[in-house]
Amino acid sequence: MIELDHVTKRYGDAAVVDDVSLTVERGTIMVIVGTSGSGKSTLLRMINRLVAPTKGRILIDGRDTAGLPEHDLRRGIGYAIQGHGLFPHRTVAENIATVPRLLKWEKDRVDERIDALLAAFALEPGLFRDKYPHQLSGGEQQRVGVARALAADPAVLLMDEPFGALDPIIRDKAQEDLLAVQRRLGTTVVLVTHDMDEAFRLGHRVAVMADGRVRQVGTPADLLTRPADAFVSRLTGTNDRALKLLSVRPVGSVVSPGPADGPPLPETASLRDALSALLWSGARALPVADASGRPLGRVTLDAVLASGRVG
Amino acid sequence: MRVATALRLALVALLAAFLAAPDWFEPVFAPLTENGAPAIYRQASLLQLTIAHLGTVAVASLAATVVAVGLGIFVSRPAGADFLPLSRAIVNVGQTFPPVAVLALAVPAVGFGTAPTLIALFLYGLLPIFENTLAGLRQVPAAVLDSARGMGLTGRQRLVEVELPLALPVILAGVRYSVVVSIGTATIGSTVAARGLGEVIIAGLTSGNTAFVLQGGLVVGVTAVLIHDGLLAAERRAMAARASKA
Repeated sequence: MIELDHVTKRYGDAAVVDDVSLTVERGTIMVIVGTSGSGKSTLLRMINRLVAPTKGRILIDGRDTAGLPEHDLRRGIGYAIQGHGLFPHRTVAENIATVPRLLKWEKDRVDERIDALLAAFALEPGLFRDKYPHQLSGGEQQRVGVARALAADPAVLLMDEPFGALDPIIRDKAQEDLLAVQRRLGTTVVLVTHDMDEAFRLGHRVAVMADGRVRQVGTPADLLTRPADAFVSRLTGTNDRALKLLSVRPVGSVVSPGPADGPPLPETASLRDALSALLWSGARALPVADASGRPLGRVTLDAVLASGRVG
Repeated sequence: MRVATALRLALVALLAAFLAAPDWFEPVFAPLTENGAPAIYRQASLLQLTIAHLGTVAVASLAATVVAVGLGIFVSRPAGADFLPLSRAIVNVGQTFPPVAVLALAVPAVGFGTAPTLIALFLYGLLPIFENTLAGLRQVPAAVLDSARGMGLTGRQRLVEVELPLALPVILAGVRYSVVVSIGTATIGSTVAARGLGEVIIAGLTSGNTAFVLQGGLVVGVTAVLIHDGLLAAERRAMAARASKA
């Protein structure tokens, strides 16, 4: 768990981050979203003290981060940034081994970890271990960057616009990978982005920042249905908010008993996907199945439409 | 590429032959002399003069490299940033102050011989190494440094493991340039009795013997070209070894 307790960062007279308090529950993804200059990156960088707070405390699992030497603190926190920041003079394996080596892990353990991470990010270890970053595609570099951040099994992972430099198709895959890895490892993730769709897709909770302050913190559905102010509703978008709302709710939430014809939808699919499938097939209802393919019931067009309505 | 290699090998062989047995080349230089003056410099062994010359350059360049790289690192740290303008001024003066004037000023302080030459070459060689060290450190991508810091590398670890390896090619280019310039400049050391190839040139100038001037100049020039190529090849080999290390 990460707790920010009345954290402020001033440069001269200007408060870049102004009295922010925020709690990130263990094992969840918190997305900080805002326009450029909102202070979101500064807020993130205060968690591993790349930026020193002017006022306030930051606690990780109850321990004040100010009580540790900076480099020790950072070795326990994963850090992935836009443009990946891989060391160009080191191989993929050496890059991933950076923090384990700093922590003086045994060589065998480091090697095992490298191969496990490469495999987890769909990079064939035998093929990629000894490559240099410039020999990789943008998507591969980004995956190695995240693998490197996770190398020493940190409880907390900080990500600053990690997918900002990727094209839409690769970004989509990268987001999917992150969700899968986060679910499996139970890592607490704080991710900064300016992309609202990314925030809604990844965040268990989303914090909207503007002018150094947090305007609203809540689940994606909260932000859509109960925006705290005009800024939040403008950022979340008003013209397609019904569709956005559908996209953050899973089919599993509106399953009703009964038969339906056609290809089954997975229960984890979003209601937006379900609506699309219903429109495309012209059916009033489609069957729903769980991950193993066991039928769970059906999703009706009326139920989907009702979910897109406020209240 | 193959032609260039063959040409270099031929040049090495020619230089070695001339230094080992200069008398063989007497017919080449004889047409440049008048009144039966000697065509080959015999007051000292050309080989020994070359070795002394390169020894002086090596010592001065090594000292200049240590100081200039050290200074470049220091002023690129937050603690040393305030000293950047001052360091740059000092190094610039070292480069613009004529080495001959340095010799004239150094002799009363340290006496005749190799010492004033070392001082002049040292000062003259600082600038390219210093500036290249700064440029090399500055071109390290910000994202690389940020992630190094974010992963918990200490300042020293960032310097040794990330910044210097990435700046190395640029630093080495500065060293190479400095060494080549020093090989030529070192000839003036002979005006204050430092042993070196300048001796041959100066003997030629004072006795009106073009053959001496030419052979001194040629040995200096060919040596500089070969050492430049040798350093370049060594740099490339080091980079290639690093890039293919697995």
